Amino acid sequence: MIITEKKEYKKILESLKGMDNIYVVGCGRCATSCSTGGEEQVFDIIGKLKKDGKKITGSYVIEAPCDERLVLKFSRTEKSRIDKADALLVLGCGAGVQTVSDVVKLPAYPALESVFLGKTKNLGRFYELCVMCGDCALEETGGICPVARCSKHLLNGPCGGSHKGKCEVDQNLDCAWYLIFERLKELKQFDRIKKYQKPKDYSKAIRPRKVELR
Amino acid sequence: MTFKEALKNKDFVITAELSPPKGVELEEVLKKADFLKGKVDGVNATDNQVAVLHLSSVAFCALLKQKGLDPILQMNCRDRNALAMQADLLGAYALGIRNVLAVSGDYPKKSLHHVVKPVFDIDSVQLIRSINEMNKGIDFAGEKLIGAPSFTVGGVVNPGADPIEGQLVKLKKKIDAGAQFIQTQIVYDIDGFKKFRDKTKDVKIKILLGILPIRSAKMAQNILNIPGVHIPKKILERIEKSKDPIQEGINISAEIINGLKGYIDGVHFMTLNNVEVIPSILEKIKA
Repeated sequence: MIITEKKEYKKILESLKGMDNIYVVGCGRCATSCSTGGEEQVFDIIGKLKKDGKKITGSYVIEAPCDERLVLKFSRTEKSRIDKADALLVLGCGAGVQTVSDVVKLPAYPALESVFLGKTKNLGRFYELCVMCGDCALEETGGICPVARCSKHLLNGPCGGSHKGKCEVDQNLDCAWYLIFERLKELKQFDRIKKYQKPKDYSKAIRPRKVELR
Repeated sequence: MTFKEALKNKDFVITAELSPPKGVELEEVLKKADFLKGKVDGVNATDNQVAVLHLSSVAFCALLKQKGLDPILQMNCRDRNALAMQADLLGAYALGIRNVLAVSGDYPKKSLHHVVKPVFDIDSVQLIRSINEMNKGIDFAGEKLIGAPSFTVGGVVNPGADPIEGQLVKLKKKIDAGAQFIQTQIVYDIDGFKKFRDKTKDVKIKILLGILPIRSAKMAQNILNIPGVHIPKKILERIEKSKDPIQEGINISAEIINGLKGYIDGVHFMTLNNVEVIPSILEKIKA
């Protein structure tokens, strides 16, 4: 899931400077799960914007604002209300904001910060697990990714700052390599760690990336 | 005698690090370089240590070379991608620099430069291997170099890390990648280091013990914040009670080195540029 956080309201208001009529878009998937862009959060931000003198021309929680097909459908059904707006405020990840912006031909501004791809442990607790490098080697590391979970993305073992299972960057962070060693011991695959790992192939992650099967 | 020759021929090799300045005022630090002449086998030039801006380690090594010292270029994996690393290595070689110490590099989080993008394109094991490939005339992409360098390359280890197995696995990988010497993180715990050496008996390359002479009780407390560095209580008490903590730090450093004779192949002094204490420590080292 794409984990999002609410953008500072002051910054949102700044981005909407000079725009009086706003249409608010929510996200029915990831941002709803993160409690950052669902029905409730759309309702909340509408209240705040109204207090600050903005006129809300409409609002809608698109099931997935990152799916252009759904955004096209949304733009047709909500056309009259969108047309009255000077800008859209999107409570979704960066992919959602851009997909909406491409379709509606109006400025679309982010209300959230897209922070990472990760897991939900429970409500309000999210952890980064994958950087989508395009060169997955989880089979070597007991299913724990050092690229995403080691601050230095080290591939051949921990740095000298790993101590008592924690990372030098922050004592509240687990050292990914400590976790990998422990997991591989559990799996009786410790020998895998002794193998030299080549540098990552960053040509697999040339931006912008695309998958075109057809 | 060059550092490379010292590694080959001497039983006890001595190196010291110098940090280049944050700025271009070099007079003071070059005086310290002059002071080290004839006292050490090699001088490390730190590379933006603790992610704080300093004058380039390559440029500083070239200045050390001009002073007649044999510089050891520290190269971290944080500040350059593999292309820039190779370019700097070739440039360093052209300037007469023959030794490299590969390190991961501290994360910039605690530095004033914490907003920068850390690179970590390759890790220290991969860097050691790449340098040895360059020594064979092959670049990172597997293509031929026009003229191969001949670097003596080393790595680091933290003997106090707990658990130690991560360090042991990585140390073995560094040696397999062609590391020719090891300089350790600073050590105060004699028994702890002996245990580490018992686990690394098969290491044939020289291990130089990291020594940072403590200068005050406050400094000791700061050192305790370094992951995997343990200062035994007795040492802390001696520093706290001493009327001359700098002299006490010198005494303690010599005792650690003497206490580890037979377990180490030399010493690497990391004095935070207080190099003037080095001769006083060396005087106390038993043959």
